[in-house]
Amino acid sequence: MAEKAEIAIDRISMVYTLPDSEVHALNDVSLDIGKGEILSVLGPSGCGKTTLLNIIAGFLSPTRGEVRIAGTPVKGPGAERGMVFQQGALFEWLSVAQNISFGPRMCGRNRKETVDTVQRLLGIVGLVEFADKPVYQLSGGMQQRVALARCLANDPDVILMDEPLGALDALTREKMQGLVLRLWKETGKTILLITHSVEEAIFLGERLIVMAPRPGRIEREFNLPFATEALEKPARDVKAGSEFVSVREEILSMIWDMEEEIMGDNG
Amino acid sequence: MSRQKPSGLAIWLGLSDNSFTRQKTVKFGDATAVNSGRFYSMLTLAVLIVAWVVASVFDLVEPFYWPSISGTWERLLKIVGEGFRNTALLDHVGISVYRVLSGVFYGALVGIPLGFAMGLSSIGRGLFDPVVEFMRPIPPLALIPLIILWFGIDEFAKIFLLFLASLFIMTLAARSGVSSVRITKVHAAYSLGASKLQILRHVILPNALPEIFTGLRTSMGVCWGTVVAAELVAADKGLGSMIMIAKNFLQTDTVVIGIILIGIIGYIIELIMRRLEQWLIPWRGKG
Repeated sequence: MAEKAEIAIDRISMVYTLPDSEVHALNDVSLDIGKGEILSVLGPSGCGKTTLLNIIAGFLSPTRGEVRIAGTPVKGPGAERGMVFQQGALFEWLSVAQNISFGPRMCGRNRKETVDTVQRLLGIVGLVEFADKPVYQLSGGMQQRVALARCLANDPDVILMDEPLGALDALTREKMQGLVLRLWKETGKTILLITHSVEEAIFLGERLIVMAPRPGRIEREFNLPFATEALEKPARDVKAGSEFVSVREEILSMIWDMEEEIMGDNG
Repeated sequence: MSRQKPSGLAIWLGLSDNSFTRQKTVKFGDATAVNSGRFYSMLTLAVLIVAWVVASVFDLVEPFYWPSISGTWERLLKIVGEGFRNTALLDHVGISVYRVLSGVFYGALVGIPLGFAMGLSSIGRGLFDPVVEFMRPIPPLALIPLIILWFGIDEFAKIFLLFLASLFIMTLAARSGVSSVRITKVHAAYSLGASKLQILRHVILPNALPEIFTGLRTSMGVCWGTVVAAELVAADKGLGSMIMIAKNFLQTDTVVIGIILIGIIGYIIELIMRRLEQWLIPWRGKG
C-alpha cells in the first residue's frame, strides 16, 4: 500500500433537504483508499453507499467535507475516475468498438493509438469478434464486459463500480468477478466497488467497508486476504474455505441486524 | 394433417405457418401477431372491387353518387393523359407532397431546437410551455381563417399552416426525447471525459432520435391530412383542390380518383417512414 492515499474522503456529510424533513444520507464519513487497492462497500439499502460513490465521481457535491483524488479536491466528474454502472449505461446507438473508443474520442486522443487500445481491450474482455456488433445484440454479461473495457480505454487512475454485476445471473456473475480481479491485478488500478452481494464484497475486496443507515456512516472495516488468494487459487476453493464462510456469516448477521432495526423503526 | 412443406406463397399470405410463425403465434386473441393474414386482406379488397364491378355492370347506383368502374378508369386515363384543369395529375400530386415535405421540414427545423431548449433548460421550458401547451390541442384546420387573413391564399400561407401543424408535434417529440435520457448514460459520458457540448451531441441527440423520428412520422400523417383539407378551402392546384373543383363540375369519378390517390399516397408515406426508421434507427427500443 502506498504512503499517500489515492482517494481521500475527508469528513463528508450529505444532507438531502425535503419539504418537511432532512435526510442524513452520509454523516461525517472519512476514508482513505491507497493506490492500487481494491475496496468493496457493503450495506443495507439507504446507507448512503451510492451517494458516497456519486460524490467521489463528482456527480454530487457533499454538504460538508471534501474528496481528494491524489491530493486534488474533486470539483466535478473527470476522466481520471472511470465508472462502471449496473446496466443500461452503454450507448445503444454505437457498436461495441465505438462504445469502447468513446472516452478516447471525447478526450481527443490520437486516432491510431485509440484503434490499438480498443483492439487490445477487446482481446482482454474476449469480445474481438463482436467489435462491430451493436451492443444491444449482446447478452447482459457481454454488455458489462463492454462497460469495463469502455472504462479502461481512458486509462483512469481510479475505477468506481456501482453494482456492476448486480443484474447478471449467478454463473455469469462469478465469471465476471474473476475478470474484475484479473483486471485489478494486471492494471494495478485503484478500484472502489459497491455491491449488494455479501459474498462478492468479501471475495473482491482487499478491504471491505460495511455501512449503516440513518445516518449513513461507516460501521465496520475488514481487511481480507481473499482477493489476493483468488489470484492464485480457483475462486470456488477460496469461497468454500472455512475462513471465507465465517467472515460471510459474521457480515451477514451484522447486515441482518441493521435491516431488522430499519423494519422495527417503520413498524 | 398434411405432411407437405407449406409453400412460400402460402406463408406469405398467412395461410400456413412455417416453423418460425408456428412457434411465435399466440394461440389466443391476436393470433396474427406473426401470421400476416394477407389472404384475408386480399379477400376484403376483392370483395370491395367485385361489389363495385357488380354495381357498375347492373347500373345499381346513380353515377352522380358513385361512378361506374369503367367510367372511372376512362376518367383516370384521361386525367393522366391530359391533366386536370391544365395541370398534369402528377403535378397535382407533386404540389401536395411538396407542401407536406416543406411544412414538415420547417416544422422540424424550428421544432427540434425548440424542444431541445425546453427539455434542457427550465427557462426554455417556462418560456415556451404556455404557447406549446395551448396550441397543441388546436386542430391546424381551425387556424386556416386566421392564416388566410394574414397571408392570403398563396403558397406561403399553405406551407405556413403545415409548418404550424408539424411545429408543435416536433417540439413535443424532441422535448420528450431529450428528457427520456437515462441519467446513468449522461454520468457515464461525463466520467469518460466528455464535455457538456459533447454530451449534447453524442448522447442526448442520438438518445432523442427515436422519439424525434416518431414525431416526424406523426407530422407527416397529420400534414398530409391537413394539406388536403387546406387545399379544399383555397387552392387551384393539389389533390385537395382537384377533388373540390371536380365536385363543382359534378365529376364524381374525379372526386373518387382523388380520394383513392390521397389514401394510397398517405399509406406510401407511412411505409417509407417505417422503412427509414428501421434503416436509420435500428437501436430503437433497445436501450
